[in-house]
Amino acid sequence: MQAPVIKACSYILTHVPGFVRYGSKPTREINDDAASVLPSIETHLRSFEDAVEYPPNQVFIGNLTPDRLNDIEQPWHRHPLQDASRYGKYGEIMPEEEVLGLLKLADDFDLIWLEKESVQMLKSALAAHPLWKDADLEKIDGGVDLAHISERIENQESLPLYHHGRVVGCMHRHHEQDENLRAQVLMENLMTKASGTLALRHLLKKADIQAGEIDLLLNCSEEAVGDRYNRGGGGLAKAIGEMCGCTSATGCDIKAFCVGSLYALVNAFALVKSGIFKKIAVVGGGSMAKLGMKFKGHLAKDMPILEDLLGGIAFLITDDDGKSPIVRLDSIGKHDIGSGSSQQSIMESLVLKPLDRMGMKIIDVDKYAVELQNPEVTVPAGSGNVPLANYRMIGALAVLRKEIQRAEIDRFVLERGMPGFSPTQGHIPAAVPFLGHAVDAIKRGEINNAMFVARGSLFLGRMTQLSDGLSFLIEKNPGQKD
Amino acid sequence: MDTEKQTIIKNLANEMGTEDLVVVIGAADPEVAQVTAETVTFGDPSFAGPLAGVSLRLPVYHILEPEVKEAIPPEVYAKQAGFMELVADAEEIGKIFREIRDKIENP
Repeated sequence: MQAPVIKACSYILTHVPGFVRYGSKPTREINDDAASVLPSIETHLRSFEDAVEYPPNQVFIGNLTPDRLNDIEQPWHRHPLQDASRYGKYGEIMPEEEVLGLLKLADDFDLIWLEKESVQMLKSALAAHPLWKDADLEKIDGGVDLAHISERIENQESLPLYHHGRVVGCMHRHHEQDENLRAQVLMENLMTKASGTLALRHLLKKADIQAGEIDLLLNCSEEAVGDRYNRGGGGLAKAIGEMCGCTSATGCDIKAFCVGSLYALVNAFALVKSGIFKKIAVVGGGSMAKLGMKFKGHLAKDMPILEDLLGGIAFLITDDDGKSPIVRLDSIGKHDIGSGSSQQSIMESLVLKPLDRMGMKIIDVDKYAVELQNPEVTVPAGSGNVPLANYRMIGALAVLRKEIQRAEIDRFVLERGMPGFSPTQGHIPAAVPFLGHAVDAIKRGEINNAMFVARGSLFLGRMTQLSDGLSFLIEKNPGQKD
Repeated sequence: MDTEKQTIIKNLANEMGTEDLVVVIGAADPEVAQVTAETVTFGDPSFAGPLAGVSLRLPVYHILEPEVKEAIPPEVYAKQAGFMELVADAEEIGKIFREIRDKIENP
Protein backbone atom coordinates (compact mmCIF):
# COMPACT_ATOMS: atom_id res chain seq x y z
CA MET A 1 0.00 0.00 0.00
CA GLN A 2 1.42 3.38 -1.01
CA ALA A 3 1.27 5.47 2.14
CA PRO A 4 1.98 9.14 2.78
CA VAL A 5 5.21 9.87 4.63
CA ILE A 6 6.47 12.40 7.13
CA LYS A 7 9.17 13.89 4.94
CA ALA A 8 10.45 16.61 7.26
CA CYS A 9 9.65 18.40 10.53
CA SER A 10 10.67 21.75 11.97
CA TYR A 11 10.31 23.29 15.40
CA ILE A 12 11.03 26.84 16.49
CA LEU A 13 10.71 28.93 19.63
CA THR A 14 10.57 32.71 19.72
CA HIS A 15 11.78 34.17 23.00
CA VAL A 16 9.60 37.21 23.74
CA PRO A 17 9.88 38.28 27.40
CA GLY A 18 8.71 41.80 26.47
CA PHE A 19 5.36 40.33 25.39
CA VAL A 20 4.67 38.29 28.54
CA ARG A 21 2.66 41.26 29.86
CA TYR A 22 0.31 40.78 26.87
CA GLY A 23 -0.52 37.17 27.68
CA SER A 24 -4.17 36.80 28.71
CA LYS A 25 -3.51 36.01 32.37
CA PRO A 26 -0.81 38.68 32.92
CA THR A 27 -2.99 41.27 31.12
CA ARG A 28 -5.90 40.62 33.47
CA GLU A 29 -3.73 40.62 36.60
CA ILE A 30 -1.93 43.81 35.53
CA ASN A 31 -5.28 45.52 34.91
CA ASP A 32 -6.28 44.64 38.47
CA ASP A 33 -3.07 45.78 40.16
CA ALA A 34 -0.38 47.10 37.84
CA ALA A 35 1.76 48.59 40.61
CA SER A 36 2.56 45.26 42.22
CA VAL A 37 2.09 42.72 39.40
CA LEU A 38 4.18 44.34 36.67
CA PRO A 39 7.39 44.70 38.72
CA SER A 40 7.16 41.09 39.93
CA ILE A 41 6.71 39.89 36.34
CA GLU A 42 9.66 41.94 35.15
CA THR A 43 12.01 40.67 37.84
CA HIS A 44 11.15 37.05 36.97
CA LEU A 45 11.75 37.21 33.21
CA ARG A 46 14.55 35.15 31.68
CA SER A 47 17.43 36.35 29.54
CA PHE A 48 17.76 34.92 26.03
CA GLU A 49 20.79 32.90 27.15
CA ASP A 50 18.75 31.34 29.97
CA ALA A 51 16.01 30.38 27.50
CA VAL A 52 18.56 28.83 25.12
CA GLU A 53 20.31 26.85 27.87
CA TYR A 54 17.04 25.53 29.30
CA PRO A 55 17.09 21.74 28.65
CA PRO A 56 13.43 21.29 27.47
CA ASN A 57 13.95 24.04 24.85
CA GLN A 58 17.02 22.21 23.54
CA VAL A 59 14.90 19.06 23.20
CA PHE A 60 12.22 21.01 21.34
CA ILE A 61 14.63 22.28 18.66
CA GLY A 62 16.28 18.87 18.35
CA ASN A 63 19.67 19.18 20.05
CA LEU A 64 18.74 16.63 22.74
CA THR A 65 16.45 13.61 22.60
CA PRO A 66 13.47 13.73 25.01
CA ASP A 67 14.74 10.76 27.05
CA ARG A 68 17.88 12.72 27.94
CA LEU A 69 15.71 14.86 30.23
CA ASN A 70 15.42 11.83 32.52
CA ASP A 71 19.14 12.21 33.23
CA ILE A 72 19.02 15.93 34.00
CA GLU A 73 18.19 16.87 37.56
CA GLN A 74 15.08 18.98 38.15
CA PRO A 75 14.26 21.78 38.34
CA TRP A 76 15.70 22.05 34.84
CA HIS A 77 15.81 25.84 35.03
CA ARG A 78 18.51 25.45 37.67
CA HIS A 79 20.48 23.02 35.51
CA PRO A 80 21.23 24.91 32.31
CA LEU A 81 23.07 23.17 29.48
CA GLN A 82 26.54 24.55 28.90
CA ASP A 83 27.49 25.43 25.32
CA ALA A 84 23.86 25.20 24.17
CA SER A 85 23.19 26.59 20.70
CA ARG A 86 20.25 28.72 19.63
CA TYR A 87 20.17 26.67 16.43
CA GLY A 88 19.09 23.04 16.45
CA LYS A 89 18.59 20.14 14.13
CA TYR A 90 14.91 21.06 13.67
CA GLY A 91 14.94 24.83 13.95
CA GLU A 92 15.99 27.53 16.36
CA ILE A 93 15.25 29.73 19.33
CA MET A 94 14.91 33.29 18.06
CA PRO A 95 15.73 36.30 20.29
CA GLU A 96 13.28 39.14 20.75
CA GLU A 97 15.15 41.74 18.66
CA GLU A 98 14.88 39.44 15.64
CA VAL A 99 11.24 38.64 16.40
CA LEU A 100 10.39 42.36 16.40
CA GLY A 101 11.94 42.74 12.95
CA LEU A 102 10.10 39.65 11.75
CA LEU A 103 6.79 41.08 13.04
CA LYS A 104 7.37 44.20 10.95
CA LEU A 105 8.14 42.04 7.92
CA ALA A 106 4.86 40.19 8.56
CA ASP A 107 2.90 43.45 8.81
CA ASP A 108 1.11 44.33 5.56
CA PHE A 109 -1.18 47.02 7.01
CA ASP A 110 1.24 49.38 8.81
CA LEU A 111 -0.08 48.04 12.10
CA ILE A 112 3.35 48.36 13.71
CA TRP A 113 5.37 51.52 14.12
CA LEU A 114 8.98 51.00 15.07
CA GLU A 115 10.78 53.72 16.97
CA LYS A 116 13.37 55.61 14.90
CA GLU A 117 16.35 54.94 17.15
CA SER A 118 15.60 51.21 17.33
CA VAL A 119 15.09 50.52 13.63
CA GLN A 120 18.76 50.06 12.75
CA MET A 121 19.35 47.65 15.65
CA LEU A 122 16.28 45.54 14.72
CA LYS A 123 17.13 45.55 11.03
CA SER A 124 20.76 44.53 11.50
CA ALA A 125 19.71 41.76 13.88
CA LEU A 126 17.59 40.19 11.14
CA ALA A 127 20.18 40.96 8.45
CA ALA A 128 22.58 38.62 10.26
CA HIS A 129 20.06 35.75 10.25
CA PRO A 130 20.79 32.99 7.71
CA LEU A 131 17.13 32.63 6.68
CA TRP A 132 16.22 36.32 6.58
CA LYS A 133 19.33 38.13 5.37
CA ASP A 134 18.03 38.07 1.80
CA ALA A 135 14.49 39.15 2.69
CA ASP A 136 13.13 42.58 1.82
CA LEU A 137 14.47 44.19 4.99
CA GLU A 138 13.70 47.68 3.72
CA LYS A 139 10.21 47.07 5.03
CA ILE A 140 11.69 47.60 8.50
CA ASP A 141 12.98 51.11 7.58
CA GLY A 142 11.08 54.29 8.21
CA GLY A 143 11.04 54.56 11.99
CA VAL A 144 8.75 56.96 13.84
CA ASP A 145 9.58 59.52 16.57
CA LEU A 146 9.01 58.34 20.10
CA ALA A 147 6.76 61.37 20.71
CA HIS A 148 4.49 60.33 17.86
CA ILE A 149 4.38 56.76 19.16
CA SER A 150 3.57 57.98 22.69
CA GLU A 151 0.73 60.09 21.34
CA ARG A 152 -0.82 57.02 19.66
CA ILE A 153 -0.43 54.97 22.83
CA GLU A 154 -2.05 57.65 24.97
CA ASN A 155 -4.90 58.62 22.67
CA GLN A 156 -5.63 55.83 20.24
CA GLU A 157 -5.27 52.61 22.21
CA SER A 158 -2.05 51.55 20.49
CA LEU A 159 -0.02 49.13 22.59
CA PRO A 160 3.66 49.77 23.34
CA LEU A 161 6.19 47.18 22.16
CA TYR A 162 8.95 46.61 24.72
CA HIS A 163 12.45 45.25 24.38
CA HIS A 164 14.68 45.09 27.48
CA GLY A 165 12.14 47.32 29.24
CA ARG A 166 12.36 50.09 26.63
CA VAL A 167 9.60 51.14 24.20
CA VAL A 168 10.81 50.26 20.69
CA GLY A 169 7.54 50.74 18.86
CA CYS A 170 3.80 50.27 19.09
CA MET A 171 0.98 48.19 17.65
CA HIS A 172 -2.16 49.93 16.37
CA ARG A 173 -5.75 48.85 16.21
CA HIS A 174 -7.30 48.85 12.73
CA HIS A 175 -10.86 49.88 13.52
CA GLU A 176 -12.22 52.08 16.27
CA GLN A 177 -15.24 49.95 17.14
CA ASP A 178 -14.33 46.44 16.04
CA GLU A 179 -13.29 44.29 19.01
CA ASN A 180 -11.67 41.81 16.62
CA LEU A 181 -9.32 44.42 15.18
CA ARG A 182 -8.11 45.77 18.53
CA ALA A 183 -4.34 46.18 18.88
CA GLN A 184 -4.12 43.21 21.27
CA VAL A 185 -6.00 40.86 18.93
CA LEU A 186 -4.00 41.96 15.90
CA MET A 187 -0.80 41.52 17.90
CA GLU A 188 -1.81 37.94 18.77
CA ASN A 189 -2.51 37.17 15.13
CA LEU A 190 0.65 38.80 13.84
CA MET A 191 2.77 36.89 16.40
CA THR A 192 1.20 33.66 15.15
CA LYS A 193 1.84 34.60 11.54
CA ALA A 194 5.48 35.46 12.28
CA SER A 195 6.23 32.33 14.34
CA GLY A 196 4.45 30.07 11.84
CA THR A 197 6.45 31.68 9.05
CA LEU A 198 9.72 31.03 10.87
CA ALA A 199 8.76 27.36 11.31
CA LEU A 200 7.84 27.01 7.62
CA ARG A 201 11.12 28.64 6.52
CA HIS A 202 13.06 26.10 8.57
CA LEU A 203 10.95 23.27 7.15
CA LEU A 204 11.72 24.25 3.56
CA LYS A 205 15.43 24.44 4.36
CA LYS A 206 15.47 21.13 6.21
CA ALA A 207 13.50 19.32 3.50
CA ASP A 208 15.75 20.96 0.90
CA ILE A 209 12.88 21.78 -1.46
CA GLN A 210 11.90 24.92 -3.33
CA ALA A 211 9.08 26.93 -1.75
CA GLY A 212 7.25 26.75 -5.10
CA GLU A 213 6.93 22.97 -4.81
CA ILE A 214 4.44 23.17 -1.92
CA ASP A 215 0.91 22.96 -3.30
CA LEU A 216 -1.15 23.11 -0.11
CA LEU A 217 -0.67 24.77 3.28
CA LEU A 218 -2.76 23.77 6.28
CA ASN A 219 -2.40 26.10 9.25
CA CYS A 220 -3.41 24.65 12.62
CA SER A 221 -2.75 27.72 14.79
CA GLU A 222 -5.49 28.56 17.28
CA GLU A 223 -5.84 32.31 16.76
CA ALA A 224 -9.20 33.74 15.71
CA VAL A 225 -8.44 35.75 12.59
CA GLY A 226 -11.26 37.82 11.16
CA ASP A 227 -13.28 40.97 11.70
CA ARG A 228 -16.60 41.71 13.42
CA TYR A 229 -18.59 39.76 10.86
CA ASN A 230 -16.47 36.60 10.91
CA ARG A 231 -14.55 36.32 14.18
CA GLY A 232 -12.23 33.32 13.84
CA GLY A 233 -13.58 32.54 10.38
CA GLY A 234 -10.45 33.72 8.61
CA GLY A 235 -7.08 32.11 8.43
CA LEU A 236 -3.32 32.45 8.27
CA ALA A 237 -2.23 29.60 5.98
CA LYS A 238 -1.79 31.71 2.85
CA ALA A 239 -0.43 34.66 4.81
CA ILE A 240 2.34 32.40 6.14
CA GLY A 241 2.94 30.78 2.75
CA GLU A 242 3.19 34.18 1.08
CA MET A 243 6.04 35.17 3.41
CA CYS A 244 7.92 32.00 2.50
CA GLY A 245 7.53 32.31 -1.26
CA CYS A 246 5.11 29.37 -1.62
CA THR A 247 3.71 30.92 -4.77
CA SER A 248 2.17 27.68 -6.10
CA ALA A 249 0.29 26.85 -2.91
CA THR A 250 -3.20 27.54 -1.72
CA GLY A 251 -4.20 26.92 1.86
CA CYS A 252 -6.66 27.16 4.70
CA ASP A 253 -6.82 26.78 8.47
CA ILE A 254 -7.92 23.73 10.43
CA LYS A 255 -8.77 24.47 14.03
CA ALA A 256 -9.74 22.08 16.79
CA PHE A 257 -8.32 23.43 20.04
CA CYS A 258 -5.38 21.26 21.14
CA VAL A 259 -6.10 18.57 18.52
CA GLY A 260 -5.86 21.05 15.64
CA SER A 261 -2.39 19.94 14.62
CA LEU A 262 -3.49 16.29 14.39
CA TYR A 263 -6.64 17.08 12.40
CA ALA A 264 -4.48 19.11 9.99
CA LEU A 265 -2.01 16.22 9.66
CA VAL A 266 -4.72 13.61 9.11
CA ASN A 267 -6.27 15.81 6.42
CA ALA A 268 -2.84 16.17 4.83
CA PHE A 269 -2.33 12.37 4.85
CA ALA A 270 -5.65 11.85 3.11
CA LEU A 271 -5.17 14.58 0.54
CA VAL A 272 -1.72 13.27 -0.41
CA LYS A 273 -3.00 9.70 -0.57
CA SER A 274 -5.88 10.76 -2.81
CA GLY A 275 -3.46 12.54 -5.13
CA ILE A 276 -5.32 15.86 -4.94
CA PHE A 277 -2.19 17.53 -3.55
CA LYS A 278 1.40 16.31 -3.75
CA LYS A 279 3.39 18.26 -1.15
CA ILE A 280 1.50 19.58 1.83
CA ALA A 281 2.97 21.73 4.58
CA VAL A 282 1.13 21.62 7.90
CA VAL A 283 2.14 24.67 9.90
CA GLY A 284 1.29 26.15 13.28
CA GLY A 285 2.40 29.43 14.82
CA GLY A 286 2.47 30.20 18.52
CA SER A 287 -0.12 31.60 20.88
CA MET A 288 0.60 34.94 22.54
CA ALA A 289 -2.49 34.68 24.76
CA LYS A 290 -0.83 31.78 26.58
CA LEU A 291 2.32 33.70 27.52
CA GLY A 292 2.65 33.77 31.30
CA MET A 293 -0.50 31.63 31.65
CA LYS A 294 0.86 30.01 34.85
CA PHE A 295 3.00 32.96 35.95
CA LYS A 296 1.34 33.22 39.36
CA GLY A 297 2.44 29.70 40.23
CA HIS A 298 5.95 30.52 39.07
CA LEU A 299 6.09 33.73 41.14
CA ALA A 300 4.78 31.91 44.19
CA LYS A 301 7.70 29.47 43.85
CA ASP A 302 10.10 32.32 43.07
CA MET A 303 11.12 30.68 39.81
CA PRO A 304 11.53 32.30 36.40
CA ILE A 305 8.41 32.76 34.27
CA LEU A 306 8.94 29.86 31.87
CA GLU A 307 6.09 30.77 29.54
CA ASP A 308 8.09 33.46 27.77
CA LEU A 309 8.23 31.67 24.43
CA LEU A 310 5.95 31.07 21.49
CA GLY A 311 6.28 27.73 19.74
CA GLY A 312 6.09 27.08 16.02
CA ILE A 313 5.80 23.76 14.16
CA ALA A 314 5.82 22.68 10.53
CA PHE A 315 5.62 19.29 8.83
CA LEU A 316 6.01 18.24 5.21
CA ILE A 317 3.73 15.42 4.08
CA THR A 318 4.39 13.80 0.71
CA ASP A 319 3.82 10.58 -1.18
CA ASP A 320 6.01 7.56 -0.34
CA ASP A 321 9.68 8.28 -0.99
CA GLY A 322 10.86 4.81 -0.01
CA LYS A 323 12.79 6.03 3.04
CA SER A 324 10.82 8.37 5.33
CA PRO A 325 8.57 6.75 7.95
CA ILE A 326 5.10 6.00 6.61
CA VAL A 327 1.76 6.86 8.15
CA ARG A 328 -0.43 3.78 8.73
CA LEU A 329 -3.73 4.92 7.26
CA ASP A 330 -5.54 2.19 9.19
CA SER A 331 -4.17 3.62 12.45
CA ILE A 332 -6.32 6.73 12.80
CA GLY A 333 -7.96 6.75 16.22
CA LYS A 334 -10.83 9.10 16.93
CA HIS A 335 -13.00 10.10 19.84
CA ASP A 336 -16.58 9.72 18.63
CA ILE A 337 -19.40 11.94 19.86
CA GLY A 338 -20.94 8.86 21.44
CA SER A 339 -17.67 7.57 22.91
CA GLY A 340 -18.24 8.96 26.38
CA SER A 341 -15.97 11.34 28.18
CA SER A 342 -14.49 9.23 30.99
CA GLN A 343 -10.71 9.07 30.89
CA GLN A 344 -10.88 5.37 30.17
CA SER A 345 -13.26 5.62 27.23
CA ILE A 346 -11.27 8.46 25.67
CA MET A 347 -8.05 6.44 25.87
CA GLU A 348 -9.76 3.28 24.60
CA SER A 349 -11.04 5.18 21.56
CA LEU A 350 -7.70 6.75 20.81
CA VAL A 351 -5.31 3.91 21.62
CA LEU A 352 -7.04 0.52 21.83
CA LYS A 353 -9.50 0.75 18.94
CA PRO A 354 -6.85 1.57 16.32
CA LEU A 355 -4.43 -1.01 17.75
CA ASP A 356 -7.14 -3.70 17.64
CA ARG A 357 -7.90 -2.76 14.04
CA MET A 358 -4.23 -3.22 13.14
CA GLY A 359 -3.95 -6.44 15.14
CA MET A 360 -1.38 -4.88 17.48
CA LYS A 361 -0.89 -4.92 21.23
CA ILE A 362 -0.20 -1.85 23.36
CA ILE A 363 3.34 -3.10 23.90
CA ASP A 364 3.90 -3.43 20.16
CA VAL A 365 4.22 0.35 20.00
CA ASP A 366 7.79 1.42 20.80
CA LYS A 367 7.06 5.03 21.77
CA TYR A 368 3.88 6.93 22.57
CA ALA A 369 3.68 10.69 22.20
CA VAL A 370 0.88 12.28 24.22
CA GLU A 371 0.20 15.88 25.29
CA LEU A 372 3.81 16.88 25.92
CA GLN A 373 3.45 19.97 28.12
CA ASN A 374 6.60 20.70 30.10
CA PRO A 375 5.71 19.65 33.69
CA GLU A 376 8.01 22.30 35.10
CA VAL A 377 5.54 24.88 33.79
CA THR A 378 2.35 23.19 34.96
CA VAL A 379 3.19 21.44 38.25
CA PRO A 380 4.11 24.61 40.23
CA ALA A 381 0.75 26.08 39.19
CA GLY A 382 -1.20 23.07 40.46
CA SER A 383 -2.07 21.76 37.00
CA GLY A 384 -0.20 18.49 37.38
CA ASN A 385 2.15 16.55 35.12
CA VAL A 386 0.02 16.16 31.99
CA PRO A 387 2.19 13.71 29.98
CA LEU A 388 2.81 11.51 33.01
CA ALA A 389 -0.93 11.24 33.73
CA ASN A 390 -1.60 10.27 30.11
CA TYR A 391 1.23 7.72 30.04
CA ARG A 392 -0.02 6.11 33.23
CA MET A 393 -3.45 5.77 31.61
CA ILE A 394 -2.00 3.96 28.60
CA GLY A 395 -0.02 1.79 31.02
CA ALA A 396 -3.24 1.07 32.94
CA LEU A 397 -4.90 -0.05 29.70
CA ALA A 398 -1.99 -2.45 29.18
CA VAL A 399 -2.61 -3.83 32.70
CA LEU A 400 -6.33 -4.28 32.00
CA ARG A 401 -5.35 -6.10 28.78
CA LYS A 402 -2.97 -8.27 30.83
CA GLU A 403 -0.03 -7.22 28.66
CA ILE A 404 1.95 -6.00 31.67
CA GLN A 405 1.66 -6.32 35.46
CA ARG A 406 0.44 -3.41 37.53
CA ALA A 407 3.88 -3.10 39.13
CA GLU A 408 5.33 -2.57 35.66
CA ILE A 409 3.42 0.65 34.91
CA ASP A 410 6.35 2.87 35.97
CA ARG A 411 8.72 0.98 33.69
CA PHE A 412 6.18 1.15 30.85
CA VAL A 413 6.03 4.94 31.29
CA LEU A 414 9.82 5.27 31.35
CA GLU A 415 10.42 3.09 28.30
CA ARG A 416 7.49 3.97 26.06
CA GLY A 417 6.83 7.51 27.21
CA MET A 418 8.99 10.57 27.73
CA PRO A 419 9.12 13.68 29.93
CA GLY A 420 7.15 16.67 28.64
CA PHE A 421 9.32 19.31 26.96
CA SER A 422 6.94 21.51 25.01
CA PRO A 423 5.77 25.04 25.75
CA THR A 424 2.13 25.10 26.92
CA GLN A 425 0.76 26.46 23.67
CA GLY A 426 -2.41 24.48 22.98
CA HIS A 427 -1.97 22.86 19.57
CA ILE A 428 1.85 22.88 19.91
CA PRO A 429 2.32 20.30 22.74
CA ALA A 430 -0.26 18.01 21.12
CA ALA A 431 2.01 14.94 20.70
CA VAL A 432 3.62 16.34 17.52
CA PRO A 433 6.72 17.80 19.22
CA PHE A 434 7.96 14.19 19.16
CA LEU A 435 7.31 13.68 15.43
CA GLY A 436 10.76 14.91 14.36
CA HIS A 437 12.52 12.85 17.03
CA ALA A 438 10.43 9.79 16.08
CA VAL A 439 11.24 10.11 12.37
CA ASP A 440 14.95 10.25 13.18
CA ALA A 441 14.82 7.41 15.72
CA ILE A 442 13.00 5.19 13.18
CA LYS A 443 15.54 6.07 10.49
CA ARG A 444 18.37 5.24 12.90
CA GLY A 445 16.71 1.90 13.64
CA GLU A 446 16.25 2.65 17.36
CA ILE A 447 12.49 2.23 17.21
CA ASN A 448 10.16 0.71 14.63
CA ASN A 449 7.10 2.82 15.23
CA ALA A 450 5.49 5.56 17.32
CA MET A 451 1.91 6.50 18.14
CA PHE A 452 0.73 10.11 18.47
CA VAL A 453 -2.22 10.78 20.74
CA ALA A 454 -3.70 14.25 21.26
CA ARG A 455 -6.70 15.31 23.29
CA GLY A 456 -8.73 18.48 23.18
CA SER A 457 -11.16 20.36 25.37
CA LEU A 458 -14.14 21.31 23.23
CA PHE A 459 -15.94 22.63 26.33
CA LEU A 460 -13.62 25.66 26.52
CA GLY A 461 -15.82 27.41 23.94
CA ARG A 462 -18.92 26.79 26.10
CA MET A 463 -20.86 25.22 23.23
CA THR A 464 -20.66 21.57 24.27
CA GLN A 465 -19.40 19.51 27.20
CA LEU A 466 -17.75 17.05 24.82
CA SER A 467 -14.08 16.10 24.79
CA ASP A 468 -12.07 15.45 21.67
CA GLY A 469 -9.05 13.51 20.51
CA LEU A 470 -7.27 12.00 17.55
CA SER A 471 -4.34 9.60 17.08
CA PHE A 472 -2.17 8.02 14.40
CA LEU A 473 0.81 5.71 14.08
CA ILE A 474 3.93 6.01 11.96
CA GLU A 475 6.32 3.18 11.23
CA LYS A 476 9.52 2.34 9.43
CA ASN A 477 9.25 2.64 5.66
CA PRO A 478 9.34 -0.88 4.15
CA GLY A 479 11.76 0.51 1.60
CA GLN A 480 14.21 1.76 4.25
CA LYS A 481 17.58 0.03 4.06
CA ASP A 482 18.96 -1.03 7.45
CA MET B 1 -9.00 24.77 40.97
CA ASP B 2 -10.86 26.89 38.44
CA THR B 3 -13.12 29.73 39.51
CA GLU B 4 -16.24 28.02 38.16
CA LYS B 5 -15.82 25.02 40.47
CA GLN B 6 -14.95 27.32 43.37
CA THR B 7 -18.23 29.16 42.79
CA ILE B 8 -20.19 25.89 42.86
CA ILE B 9 -18.62 24.82 46.16
CA LYS B 10 -19.09 28.26 47.69
CA ASN B 11 -22.76 28.37 46.67
CA LEU B 12 -23.38 24.86 48.02
CA ALA B 13 -21.80 25.82 51.35
CA ASN B 14 -23.91 29.00 51.49
CA GLU B 15 -27.15 27.17 50.68
CA MET B 16 -26.71 24.01 52.75
CA GLY B 17 -24.27 25.05 55.43
CA THR B 18 -20.94 23.33 55.97
CA GLU B 19 -22.06 20.87 58.66
CA ASP B 20 -23.09 17.89 56.52
CA LEU B 21 -21.08 18.77 53.46
CA VAL B 22 -18.14 16.63 52.34
CA VAL B 23 -16.10 17.27 49.22
CA VAL B 24 -14.92 14.27 47.20
CA ILE B 25 -12.07 14.99 44.84
CA GLY B 26 -11.21 12.91 41.78
CA ALA B 27 -7.97 14.36 40.35
CA ALA B 28 -5.49 11.55 39.73
CA ASP B 29 -2.43 13.77 40.03
CA PRO B 30 -1.44 14.03 43.73
CA GLU B 31 -0.40 17.68 43.48
CA VAL B 32 -3.55 18.73 41.64
CA ALA B 33 -5.65 16.82 44.18
CA GLN B 34 -3.79 18.52 47.01
CA VAL B 35 -4.29 22.04 45.65
CA THR B 36 -7.98 21.32 45.07
CA ALA B 37 -8.39 19.92 48.58
CA GLU B 38 -6.63 22.87 50.18
CA THR B 39 -8.75 25.31 48.21
CA VAL B 40 -12.03 23.96 49.63
CA THR B 41 -10.64 23.71 53.15
CA PHE B 42 -8.35 26.68 53.71
CA GLY B 43 -9.18 28.95 50.74
CA ASP B 44 -7.79 29.60 47.26
CA PRO B 45 -3.97 29.62 47.59
CA SER B 46 -3.64 31.75 44.43
CA PHE B 47 -6.07 34.36 45.83
CA ALA B 48 -7.73 34.55 42.41
CA GLY B 49 -11.10 32.82 42.76
CA PRO B 50 -14.27 33.14 44.88
CA LEU B 51 -12.67 31.06 47.65
CA ALA B 52 -9.75 33.50 48.09
CA GLY B 53 -9.52 34.13 51.83
CA VAL B 54 -12.55 31.88 52.47
CA SER B 55 -11.72 29.05 54.81
CA LEU B 56 -14.69 26.67 54.52
CA ARG B 57 -12.89 23.90 56.45
CA LEU B 58 -14.95 21.28 54.60
CA PRO B 59 -13.83 17.71 55.15
CA VAL B 60 -12.20 16.42 51.98
CA TYR B 61 -11.80 12.88 50.72
CA HIS B 62 -10.35 11.49 47.54
CA ILE B 63 -12.43 9.12 45.43
CA LEU B 64 -9.63 6.53 45.75
CA GLU B 65 -9.67 6.48 49.57
CA PRO B 66 -11.18 3.38 51.22
CA GLU B 67 -13.82 5.45 53.11
CA VAL B 68 -15.30 6.58 49.79
CA LYS B 69 -14.91 3.26 48.05
CA GLU B 70 -16.88 1.50 50.82
CA ALA B 71 -19.76 3.95 50.43
CA ILE B 72 -20.27 3.23 46.74
CA PRO B 73 -21.81 0.05 45.22
CA PRO B 74 -18.87 -2.05 43.94
CA GLU B 75 -20.10 -2.32 40.35
CA VAL B 76 -20.61 1.44 40.10
CA TYR B 77 -17.20 2.07 41.64
CA ALA B 78 -15.46 -0.37 39.30
CA LYS B 79 -17.05 1.27 36.28
CA GLN B 80 -16.43 4.88 37.29
CA ALA B 81 -13.20 4.74 39.28
CA GLY B 82 -11.63 1.33 38.59
CA PHE B 83 -9.44 2.67 35.81
CA MET B 84 -8.19 5.59 37.89
CA GLU B 85 -7.31 3.16 40.69
CA LEU B 86 -4.77 1.69 38.30
CA VAL B 87 -3.51 5.05 37.09
CA ALA B 88 -3.14 7.00 40.34
CA ASP B 89 -0.86 6.55 43.32
CA ALA B 90 -3.65 5.95 45.84
CA GLU B 91 -1.24 5.55 48.74
CA GLU B 92 0.42 8.93 48.22
CA ILE B 93 -2.98 10.55 47.71
CA GLY B 94 -4.37 8.94 50.89
CA LYS B 95 -1.45 10.30 52.90
CA ILE B 96 -1.96 13.83 51.58
CA PHE B 97 -5.69 13.77 52.36
CA ARG B 98 -5.25 12.38 55.88
CA GLU B 99 -2.81 15.20 56.61
CA ILE B 100 -5.24 17.83 55.33
CA ARG B 101 -8.11 16.42 57.44
CA ASP B 102 -5.79 16.38 60.48
CA LYS B 103 -5.05 20.05 59.88
CA ILE B 104 -8.78 20.85 59.85
CA GLU B 105 -9.37 19.02 63.12
CA ASN B 106 -6.18 20.19 64.86
CA PRO B 107 -5.41 23.63 63.46
